[in-house]
Amino acid sequence: MSSSTEAAVIRSDADRSALATIRHGLSLTPEFRTGLAVTLALAVVATIGKIIVPIAVQQTIDTGLKTGTPDLPYIWRAVALCAAAVVLTALAGYVMNVRLYKATESSLATLRVRGFRHVHDLSVLTQNSERRGALVSRVTNDVDQISTFMQWGGLMIIVAFGQVLVASVLMFVYSWQLTLLVWACFVPLVIALPRFQRWLSRAYTTVRERTGDMLAAVSESVVGAAVIRAYASERRTADRIGTAVDANKAAQIKAQTIVGFVFPLTEIVAALAVSGIVLLGVRLGLSGDITAGKLVAFLFLITLFVSPLQTATEVLNEAQNAVAGWRRILGVLDTPPDVADPGEAGVELPRGPISVAFEHVRFAYPGGPPVLRDITLAIPPRSRVAVVGETGSGKTTFAKLLTRLMDPVSGRVTVDGHDLRDVRFSSLRSRIVMVPQDGFLFDGTLEENVRYGRPAATRDEIVLAMTELGLADWVEGLPSGLDTPVGQRGESLSAGERQLVALARAYLADPDLLLLDEATSAVDPATEVRLARALDGVTRGRTAVSIAHRLSTAENADEVLVFDAGELVQRGPHAQLVREPGVYADLHASWVSAAHS
Amino acid sequence: MASKVTSAVMRQGLGVLGVAVRAEKAVFAAAVLASGLYGGMTVASAWALGWATENVVLPAFDKGDVTAGALWTAVLLIMGTALLKSIGVAGRRILAGLLQYRMQASSRRAVTRQYLRLPLSWHHRHPTGQLLSNASADAEAAWAPLAPLPMAVGVIVMLFTAAIAMLFTDLVLALVGFLIFPAIAVLNLVYQRRLSPLATRAQQLRAEVSEIAHESFDGALVVKTLGREALETERFQRRAHELRDANIAVGRVRGLFDPMLEALPTLGVLAVLGVGALRLSTASIDSGELVQVAYLFTLLAFPIRALGWVLAELPRSVVGWQRVRAVLDAEGSMAYGEAALEQAAPANLEISDVSYAYGSARVLHEVSFDVPPGRTVALVGPTGSGKSTLVQLLVRLVDPASGRVLLDGVDVRELAYGTLAGSVALVPQQTFLFDDTVRGNIALGLDVQDEDVWAALRLAQADGFVGALGDGLDTRVGERGTTLSGGQRQRLALARALARRPRLLILDDATSSVDPQVEAKILQGLRGAAASVVVVAYRMATIALADEIVYLDRGRVVDRGGHEELLARCEGYRNLVTAYEREEAERAAIEVEEVGA
Repeated sequence: MSSSTEAAVIRSDADRSALATIRHGLSLTPEFRTGLAVTLALAVVATIGKIIVPIAVQQTIDTGLKTGTPDLPYIWRAVALCAAAVVLTALAGYVMNVRLYKATESSLATLRVRGFRHVHDLSVLTQNSERRGALVSRVTNDVDQISTFMQWGGLMIIVAFGQVLVASVLMFVYSWQLTLLVWACFVPLVIALPRFQRWLSRAYTTVRERTGDMLAAVSESVVGAAVIRAYASERRTADRIGTAVDANKAAQIKAQTIVGFVFPLTEIVAALAVSGIVLLGVRLGLSGDITAGKLVAFLFLITLFVSPLQTATEVLNEAQNAVAGWRRILGVLDTPPDVADPGEAGVELPRGPISVAFEHVRFAYPGGPPVLRDITLAIPPRSRVAVVGETGSGKTTFAKLLTRLMDPVSGRVTVDGHDLRDVRFSSLRSRIVMVPQDGFLFDGTLEENVRYGRPAATRDEIVLAMTELGLADWVEGLPSGLDTPVGQRGESLSAGERQLVALARAYLADPDLLLLDEATSAVDPATEVRLARALDGVTRGRTAVSIAHRLSTAENADEVLVFDAGELVQRGPHAQLVREPGVYADLHASWVSAAHS
Repeated sequence: MASKVTSAVMRQGLGVLGVAVRAEKAVFAAAVLASGLYGGMTVASAWALGWATENVVLPAFDKGDVTAGALWTAVLLIMGTALLKSIGVAGRRILAGLLQYRMQASSRRAVTRQYLRLPLSWHHRHPTGQLLSNASADAEAAWAPLAPLPMAVGVIVMLFTAAIAMLFTDLVLALVGFLIFPAIAVLNLVYQRRLSPLATRAQQLRAEVSEIAHESFDGALVVKTLGREALETERFQRRAHELRDANIAVGRVRGLFDPMLEALPTLGVLAVLGVGALRLSTASIDSGELVQVAYLFTLLAFPIRALGWVLAELPRSVVGWQRVRAVLDAEGSMAYGEAALEQAAPANLEISDVSYAYGSARVLHEVSFDVPPGRTVALVGPTGSGKSTLVQLLVRLVDPASGRVLLDGVDVRELAYGTLAGSVALVPQQTFLFDDTVRGNIALGLDVQDEDVWAALRLAQADGFVGALGDGLDTRVGERGTTLSGGQRQRLALARALARRPRLLILDDATSSVDPQVEAKILQGLRGAAASVVVVAYRMATIALADEIVYLDRGRVVDRGGHEELLARCEGYRNLVTAYEREEAERAAIEVEEVGA
């Protein structure tokens, strides 16, 4: 099982080419592909609308004005026909736009949701290999970038290509010499575009980085408000923020300056082309190779080259961002969940007293030294187990393997005789629940947070659970009782109170094995004792495993597991272990001296 | 949220723009000048083309002759107007960027300075997320209309010049323009009015989708351990689908109006051709003038939309600015006195009749106690008894509603800025580390020698792990630096306090995440520090350090005295600190009973 130590990082799929990335991405979004041909056909029709004006101008001047006096009926007929064509192409544009938005938004919503679910399916180790913000942006900003491109940039590319192509064809029909001249003017600009885009892209990357720095600096003034005041470091903080804000501003202005210089280049090139057309066109006209109407039409056709080239750097930049976005969302979907749910094929375990065993379990973090070495042990049903050891002894790793947040590198963990890897997640998660130390809460009321343990629970059941845990008084003392909002991440409550809610949540879930990882470290001793009693739940047939550095936890356990440097060095009841010389006796001595000094 | 362009919003929006114009007069004037140049030259370029048609192209075709002088004049006119127009465009873009980013930066500075100035009680009343968005998103939204503003001013110049040019050319053709251009402007206004609320809603939903992902990924461990992946995905999907629908609604409006806005000027050109042919037939205009007006229509079609962009940004700008303004106008600050303190011996702290309330909820009632120089006082009490609030009063993070806090006999409110921080160091319950190096986090701008930093780290039992970090004192920690465990972070925060050699040290449950063995060493080290100490704790080891214990319950001092004294006479205290022992005893009794039965 060496795979569990290799697949821990989410890739960004940079080795795949841009086209292959897009193809792979599109293969995952059928909503986008269906009807794409019709949408593209409509886009072509909409594009044709752009050359109506030059044609009308040419017809008016050449046919209508040929005789010196305008042929009014002919001109009006031509104009009416062109107007009808304009309306038709506008209509095509409308239908095309709506289809495009529907297709892209539906497909990207699907992709977003799939990405989100996949992040949750990844192992804890993989999730922790990336900063939370970056992980979030993979299913938010990165997907938004794809949609911006598809609805604007991608469309622009199609429209621009179509526009330049249609204009060129018409130009060619009017005069091949002038067409060559126009191309000779614009081609160098087209060749230079990728270079401009690289400048711009680099400048925008800097802007993004500086913006990140700026936001981090700004957040210090809010999140660190208490420390800044207590240490009178307002000025220092203001200076740090000032520096970050200025660096951000400078980067933004630099990017804007590049845009400012590149953007008008097209105007100058277009003017060159217009001048060339007048110079060469008049010469051609003198030799009878071109009519006046066609020459004037050229002047109008050139405007069709301007807007695609003006926006080209932005469009290329967006295309690059979109491909990067694709890579990042596909990177999530392509990362195999190394701690995978066997799903339907898995074993469904009936509820009831649970027995757990570790058989020659070893674990190491990717690229790290062994954290657990050859652990073999059995936890019988209805037992109270305490896990003790110094920081870094492997206690938390033991907990994560027991709850299958991670898989062992070798050996196996079994529950009721079945390898944990073969047990369905739905079954496993309802039977074994861990309460971590940090007591994370969702933004909502107290009741909603407790109900998270068992979504079907009624309010009465929640009230009852709080009473059984001895927390009824505490709840009553809160401003709105069970309806008290806990704030983002539970910030409105103290650390100890958050732990109370997290415990109640797990208690309501009513698992057969409850694992507490320092879950009451911030709770006052009297409350902690009350909780410990309620959670014991031995009478309910529940197994309780507690990781703690409190003497009482170990003393009250049926069995104490003593970890030291990744090995299970001692096990047995407190009364027996305390008499043997060894790690436990030393730990115990330090607790006792700390408690009674 | 006001998202429609009502006349009130319009007025307010122009008011906001006025603020920027006043703040950056020179830049704004230059930007307007550049835009004016751009606007004027756009019209001039159409005129140059018309001139070239009439004086070079048509004579050449009609009569077969052309003078070199006329030819080169035409080229000069075309190139000259294009060059000036380009300078206008570059200037407009760069200066608009300068205007926008300078205003953004100055708002961010002002808002964060205000955050640093306003008292902590103000911070308590405002959610973190809101304050962060005031300094980032709102400051950005407030000045967003500045980007298209110079362009809009340029367009007004352009329209004005164009109107005059057309009036001089031909009244009837001018009439066509006077019909078409207002129609475009009105259509665009209707467009923005319809689009703006939809776009705001999509923006809102985008933020909500992101919030859900953030919260859900932050709570990934809870989601996983309770097996709530499907529930979370459902929650995310609901909002993601709302976002999809909102984006499609935006797409429908865009899809409808964009083609219309393109078709309208095209129809205008066709109308010019139709009407122009009639005018030509009566010899009211010449062909060159017809070409000029038609070309002008083609050029004006796009820029005229800039007026709509400014209007579209106004509602968001008004809301953004109002939120920024609310922070800037917030009243209240910590007033500091002039008093200084002797900076030598351990401090003498006296708390006399202090009361405090959060809103209407009183959390402290006439609390009095003192800490004589060099003594250690433990604040003990159940979760939620007001200990942390009391600690905040001691370092003057908040001021009491009534009563006084005296340091060396001086009311802390009379101390000069920085004096308190020079004598008193708080280690708060929630550790906050800056996005900075280890050294930066400990020094916090104070001039501290490396050996003193190391001495503080040693005392906080943090020298070991800091020494093992890649870059030692230069290792970056905090939000985007090396990940440290909770206990390690707490020890850095402790070292930060100790590096100041405080005369009064306040520990608010500051070692809760530290191993008991390590904690014992820290506490032993602290005994040697020449400081008065106030310590909030549950652990017996910490309490045992104290010379005196103040027992708090529901915001009142219930009792104070030595540990043994309180054990004997204070029931609440006894219950709290002996909870474990009683638990142990009861269990033993039960076991004896069971054995007996």
